[in-house]
Amino acid sequence: MVEQQDVILKTINLNCFYGDQHVLRDVNLEVHRNEILGIIGPANSGKTTFLRAMNRLNSLHIQYCQKGVILLENQNQQDIDDASLRRKIGIIFAMPQVLPVTIYENVAYGPMVHGVRDKRKIEQIVEDSMKKAFVWDELKDRLRSPAVKLSGGQQQRLCIARTLAVEPDVILYDEPCSGLDPISTAKMEDTMELLAESYTQILVTNNTKQASRVSHRCAFFLMGEMVEIDQTQKLFTHPDDQRTDDYITGKFG
Amino acid sequence: MAKKINERIIETAIRISGFAVIAFVFLIFLFLLKDSLSLFRIYPLKGFIAGIRWLPISEPPSFGIIPLFMGSILVTVGAIMLCVPIGVATALFIAEVAPKNLKMILKSLIEILASIPSVVLGFIGIVWLGPFLKNTFHLTTGMCGLTGVCLLAFMALPTIISISEDALISVPRMYKEAAYGLGATRWQALWRVVLPAASSGIIAAAMLGIGRVIGETMVVMMVTGNSPIIPHSILQPLRTLTATIAGEMGETVGGSDHYYALFAVGLVLFVITFMLNFVADISLRKNRK
Amino acid sequence: MNGAKVREKIAFTLLGLITLLVVIPIVLIIYYVISRGWSVISWEFLTAAPRNGMKSGGIFPAIVGTVLLIVGTMAFSLPLGILSAIYLVEYARDNVFTRMIKLSVVNLSGIPSIVYGLFGFTLFVVFLQMGTSILAGSLTLAIMSLPVIITATKEALEAVPMTYREISLSLGATRWQTVRYCVLPYAIPGILTGTVLSLSRAAGETAPILFTVAAFYLPRLPHSVFDQAMALPYHLYVISTQVPNMPTELSFATGLVLIGLVCLMNLVSIILRSHYRKKKQW
Repeated sequence: MVEQQDVILKTINLNCFYGDQHVLRDVNLEVHRNEILGIIGPANSGKTTFLRAMNRLNSLHIQYCQKGVILLENQNQQDIDDASLRRKIGIIFAMPQVLPVTIYENVAYGPMVHGVRDKRKIEQIVEDSMKKAFVWDELKDRLRSPAVKLSGGQQQRLCIARTLAVEPDVILYDEPCSGLDPISTAKMEDTMELLAESYTQILVTNNTKQASRVSHRCAFFLMGEMVEIDQTQKLFTHPDDQRTDDYITGKFG
Repeated sequence: MAKKINERIIETAIRISGFAVIAFVFLIFLFLLKDSLSLFRIYPLKGFIAGIRWLPISEPPSFGIIPLFMGSILVTVGAIMLCVPIGVATALFIAEVAPKNLKMILKSLIEILASIPSVVLGFIGIVWLGPFLKNTFHLTTGMCGLTGVCLLAFMALPTIISISEDALISVPRMYKEAAYGLGATRWQALWRVVLPAASSGIIAAAMLGIGRVIGETMVVMMVTGNSPIIPHSILQPLRTLTATIAGEMGETVGGSDHYYALFAVGLVLFVITFMLNFVADISLRKNRK
Repeated sequence: MNGAKVREKIAFTLLGLITLLVVIPIVLIIYYVISRGWSVISWEFLTAAPRNGMKSGGIFPAIVGTVLLIVGTMAFSLPLGILSAIYLVEYARDNVFTRMIKLSVVNLSGIPSIVYGLFGFTLFVVFLQMGTSILAGSLTLAIMSLPVIITATKEALEAVPMTYREISLSLGATRWQTVRYCVLPYAIPGILTGTVLSLSRAAGETAPILFTVAAFYLPRLPHSVFDQAMALPYHLYVISTQVPNMPTELSFATGLVLIGLVCLMNLVSIILRSHYRKKKQW
């Protein structure tokens, strides 16, 4: 595992601000291709800000500004336009968020805005994406019913299918299981593990157990700083930093 | 690539529309100013602002705005004194006292009132309210300030009621509950706590009501008797700024000093309502906080 | 019952009485206009031109004129109003420019209708040489209706949950695609409601069209947008103040038609609102 890794995303001295609040300080981090990188840390440690900096969703906030460099496949992220960047880096939000249209239209939305006009082709993409997200078998008979009627777990996997439909390289998860029951959570984790064959995934979670179960490597954030990053197994058994140890053993957070 | 071009066109259109809104206000101001300045090239500004005679067709003409201004002020003050207390009381009744069904009926009636065109109310003033007031108060004519005041107050009611009601409703529940906790009756809580808390919204309602009344044209032109002299009482015929423009514009020759004088009157109206709305906007914002 | 309770009773009764004072005249006016105007309204009154110095015949040209003005007003104010609201809510950040737009909207809403009339006259009729015409009147009414349409659209856009925009943007949609597919569809009911309301107000306005469109007496239909036209509110003004010995029944009937038209538009807006509220899924 020591050999040169294929780095897909890299941040150099990333600093993020909301107004005069300094939310992230000098984060230097590398994300390897096809890994699941867990990001843990207490509330307000900057995890979500870090995640949303990757596809520039932070910039929707009026007072947000950012310093430092983010490289996506060795290309400066600032040189990529919003639409192409977000197509390459998809995101799954904390609470399952579906559009108030049918299941089919939710998944078809991405291909539609990217100019796929052929109906057959869209149907094929919808089917493939839903299969990859393991919701096809459950939902294939009611593609035309409203997505909001689905259970939380189904909605969240539908969101994954929707993201997969635009063929991203990276998928970001912002506490994806925080609103789900244990069975749905288990299904989500299975899905993520299977997707690791072909996608790079970054998982922000409050649930340290989930990070230790799913992620390959794991980073610990505290008060806007990245304290340490290591192989998950090492981080959870022999962390280098005392603060990491305190957090994972439940002394705070 | 075609998609990108479409997108650029629509975004440009969006930006231009945003700009157009500002441009309209400037255009209105500029065009009024342009024609008003033509008046002041031939007629002294002081004579316009401080003149007490409006005699546009005598020789030499006199364009003193004071009689018209006084006319506007008189009917506006009268109408506001009449409709703010009534409007706020009605808003209180609708917001706090009326049961749900009655509330619905009252609100839709108020909405109907809001949608009655002013020319219809002016007509009602001519055929009904004017003669009625004349007989009741033994006036020489029913076409006078009082008829205008009554109709204008009536017209401003929907504005006053709906904005005051919004202000009353947006007072946090806690305030009232705290008052109940201290043993206050519903009325005491309303009078001592809710009403003061909603005061800036009610002030805004009054401001917008004033703006509505001072800018109203058809009703005053039809029922106040059209006499451009300084009124000494509300029972006399009078004429407002708005009615002067509406009534005399048709009789002027384009490019005459009379024509330009009417634009100067328009400019005065523009400035007055501009300031009123500015103040109302500020107090509405305060209320929201 | 103690003193405070009695005072409350008195106060609430008083409030009720004042409310009655407001409500009774509204009902009376409506009743009065209907009872005096209804007998005159006939198929002929609605479809014939005025005759005999407007003392008999119908009001068809005025109805047509008002309808044309409504359509013209909508054609100009709807796109302009919706686009500028989109700019305010979806594109602009909070800066000097947007604050100026908001201030302008507030001010436009307060400008007296007669000042719009003056402005429309100098800009459209004289400066742009459109003459007294349906076109000039529609443009004037359109600018006057803008603030209501912008405010209604703005509120409707702001009511669409932020998450819809985030979902769409995060899938790589552009800003306009996001507005087009994920925001506008859900804001349309609110936009329509506000628009119909503002148009119904424009339909009843007299002052802005006094010098921009209105023909005193024109017993034929307009041929093009550059023609003068009669309009219901102006017609009512003319026959109730400028024509001596006018039978008042005709005025009542004209007023009734005007109120009917305006109320019909309001009704449409209310129906639209409740229809979409039922279908709302979020």
